[in-house]
Amino acid sequence: MKITIGGVVKGGTSLAYKTGSWRDQRPLIDLDLCKACGICEEVCPDNSVYAEDEIYYIDYEYCKGCGLCAHECPVDAIEMVLEEK
Amino acid sequence: MLEQTMSNVKVVEGSEAVALAVKGCRPEVISAYPISPQTHIVEWLARMMANGEMDTEYVRVESEFSAASVISGSSAAGSRSYTASSSQGLLLMTEVLYCSAGMRLPFVITGVNRALSAPITIQIDHQDTISLRDSGVIQFYVESSQEVYDTHIAAFKIAEDPQILLPVMVCMDGWILTHSYERINFIEQEKIDSFLPPFRPANFLDVNNPKAWGSYSEENVLMEFKYSVQQAMQYGKKRITEIFAELARITGRDHGGLIEAYRTEDAEVILLAMGSVVGTIKEAVDELRSIGKKVGLVKIRCYRPFPHEDIWEAIKAAKVVAVMDANFSMGSEGALGMDLKSKLCGMRDTPLVFDFIAGLGGREINVKTVRRIVEKAEEMLNKGLPLSESYWVDLNPEILP
Amino acid sequence: MNGERGANKEALFVSGHRACHGCGLALAVRHILKATGPDVIVVTPTGCLETFSSPYGYSPWRVPWIHHLFENAPAVASGIAAALSAQKRNNVRVVVIGGDGSTFDIGFGALSGMLERGDDVLYICTDNGAYMNTGGQRSGATPTYSSTTTHPVGRKSMGKPQLKKDLPAIVADHGTPYVATASVAYLKDLRKKVEKAMTYHGPRYIQIDTPCPSGWGFSSELALEIGRLGVNCGLVPLFEMENGSLTRVRKIRKKLQVTEYLKAQSRFKHLLQEDGSEYLKELQEIADQNIAKYALITSS
Ligand SMILES: Cc1ncc(C[n+]2csc(CCOP(=O)(O)OP(=O)(O)O)c2C)c(N)n1
Ligand code: SF4
Ligand code: SF4
Ligand SMILES: [Mg+2]
Repeated sequence: MKITIGGVVKGGTSLAYKTGSWRDQRPLIDLDLCKACGICEEVCPDNSVYAEDEIYYIDYEYCKGCGLCAHECPVDAIEMVLEEK
Repeated sequence: MLEQTMSNVKVVEGSEAVALAVKGCRPEVISAYPISPQTHIVEWLARMMANGEMDTEYVRVESEFSAASVISGSSAAGSRSYTASSSQGLLLMTEVLYCSAGMRLPFVITGVNRALSAPITIQIDHQDTISLRDSGVIQFYVESSQEVYDTHIAAFKIAEDPQILLPVMVCMDGWILTHSYERINFIEQEKIDSFLPPFRPANFLDVNNPKAWGSYSEENVLMEFKYSVQQAMQYGKKRITEIFAELARITGRDHGGLIEAYRTEDAEVILLAMGSVVGTIKEAVDELRSIGKKVGLVKIRCYRPFPHEDIWEAIKAAKVVAVMDANFSMGSEGALGMDLKSKLCGMRDTPLVFDFIAGLGGREINVKTVRRIVEKAEEMLNKGLPLSESYWVDLNPEILP
Repeated sequence: MNGERGANKEALFVSGHRACHGCGLALAVRHILKATGPDVIVVTPTGCLETFSSPYGYSPWRVPWIHHLFENAPAVASGIAAALSAQKRNNVRVVVIGGDGSTFDIGFGALSGMLERGDDVLYICTDNGAYMNTGGQRSGATPTYSSTTTHPVGRKSMGKPQLKKDLPAIVADHGTPYVATASVAYLKDLRKKVEKAMTYHGPRYIQIDTPCPSGWGFSSELALEIGRLGVNCGLVPLFEMENGSLTRVRKIRKKLQVTEYLKAQSRFKHLLQEDGSEYLKELQEIADQNIAKYALITSS
């Protein structure tokens, strides 16, 4: 790809960089326990938790497996399991 | 025939001429910090603003470092921007200027030449602006206040050319030009406006089209980014010549292109210099010509990019080039001398090049000084002496420790 | 399209940035931008945030963003504000998000100039208490007795001997109309402060405590936990100052001893050894002074 004059870059292009490969633990949400409070979404530094119709999902393309969502979940609905590589 | 202008003529201080040129270019943002001998320029601008003659944001900062940073920000945000400084202040801007050249931010700076500490002095030489020669900033040097006025107007157009997009510095000798009065031909505002349309860069900090500036880069692209600045410099040589010519058609005043060759045809000895000293050299050349000496002058107007092709055309038939450097690279020699020698190295049948260090810290250079330089060059030429060290003109060895 | 789903659909700071696992700073940025909305230009000085959010070709920023140098973000921001004013782009505001090193130390002169001039810039300092981007050297914001790579603990050293610079007070003394401290441990409070700051014109300053797992030495899931401990022991007071007076503080409901905070991080672990008790006492005094100074505990 050609470089741009002055190195100006279009915003949002980091989405092409998949940080999911950094993960060595995987958060799993137990939807039976989840109260849909949204705290996991709030605390993720990598924008990797989202909800659709009050159901919470992890975006494994980017989730780095830091464990913040699991640690902050008030009802322990998220478990961190070892990532199989 | 050149179109004659009906522009007004007025005797003004050199600093006011700069301020009037800047005003005519309608910058949206100015930021500056005072230092002698740049002060009058920023004071003139402040006065124009205070009197409602100018509609510009003027950010009065706490340092030159911030002045250069403010106009880097405003330039990235899409505003035509300007600052001026001198000596220590220019050095304080150094880091900003390298970065803004790399980010291709096209603002204009007046570099009012003054020597660098220590010892501290307000006397002039070119050490300050020469220290910035590697930064990616385009540099012009001028001989007179008329030339400084015209060059500032060209400078914005050159900086903002979509294929150049680099900071441009117009270097003028402090005191001699900034504080002296000269008859200046001003260009009418409509003519400036049509020569220099409003700045509308393709990229600017825009919430409707968010982009990131100043990214982190590594070995896979960094060399290409640096080379693209060199490409802009190379392209600039052609474009600068065109823009100077376009302005000359409007004003009827032709200061030359990247260089001005003065009486170089059939010259055996050619002096190479830049800045206000050129006026004195022209006088000396005329005098020497009148007694039959084949002497000429190459005045450098554009120092970065370095116009070695044009210089070569002017000097190739000469026997010797006496370079006058008002700067010195400690442990080596003068910058102009180095530039020229490096370009001639490896070419066949080149004139000999001798580097003369003259005028440091305001040491006087008069017609006699120039004649002594010519004599010295001839003497060395006759002895066939290669001169690997610079010759310090009028150095007083008596007082050396 | 790639990643244009889920949380990234509407985010202004999207995934794919390269912050460490569980970085408090990255989390803060997400929430800052939620609070400012899209009509801002962000200036970031050199530091972790610049490094992890700008590898060439991969920008997570969906607002216009500029990094120039380490020590000039306030001046670059002033220039942008001047340009916006000249161009009459009145709906667009300027926000700096910069580290404590650039804010407290090397960029302090430029910050003071920006504040004194009254330029319309929201300056947010993300405080991780050291120069993290270059490996955790001390800054003017490093807390007392924290071990840093330039004040390492050793036979003759207990870490950084000096007090943390009281930058919010210094900023307020410039006549800055809005000054606040916040923490990623209290994200709603953080966003409210940013929102409030956006209602003011002129310079504004928010200092956010952003726990850093790599530099402070705690496990990647604990950034908020550590943040809460800092606030509730009194070492990280959260308050707002409007037009020079303290207008609101976040009260501590259940006061913790500083050891609770310190023992959770390896940068303080030397203080919990036997010869550390004297130093612990000093830190407890600092926390108690904060509690008194800002009235962090409601006396019943
Ligand atoms: C003039 C200059 N000096 C030093 C550096 C090296 N440097 C880059 S980032 C940094 C530390 C950043 O610390 P801080 O501002 O606290 O941000 P953090 O990385 O901790 O978020 C240093 C020392 C530099 N880039 N420029
Ligand atoms: S583990 Fe960390 S990165 Fe992954 S979803 Fe949870 S908070 Fe986000
Ligand atoms: S070093 Fe700390 S602040 Fe920097 S990216 Fe890593 S966790 Fe974030
Ligand atoms: Mg830091």
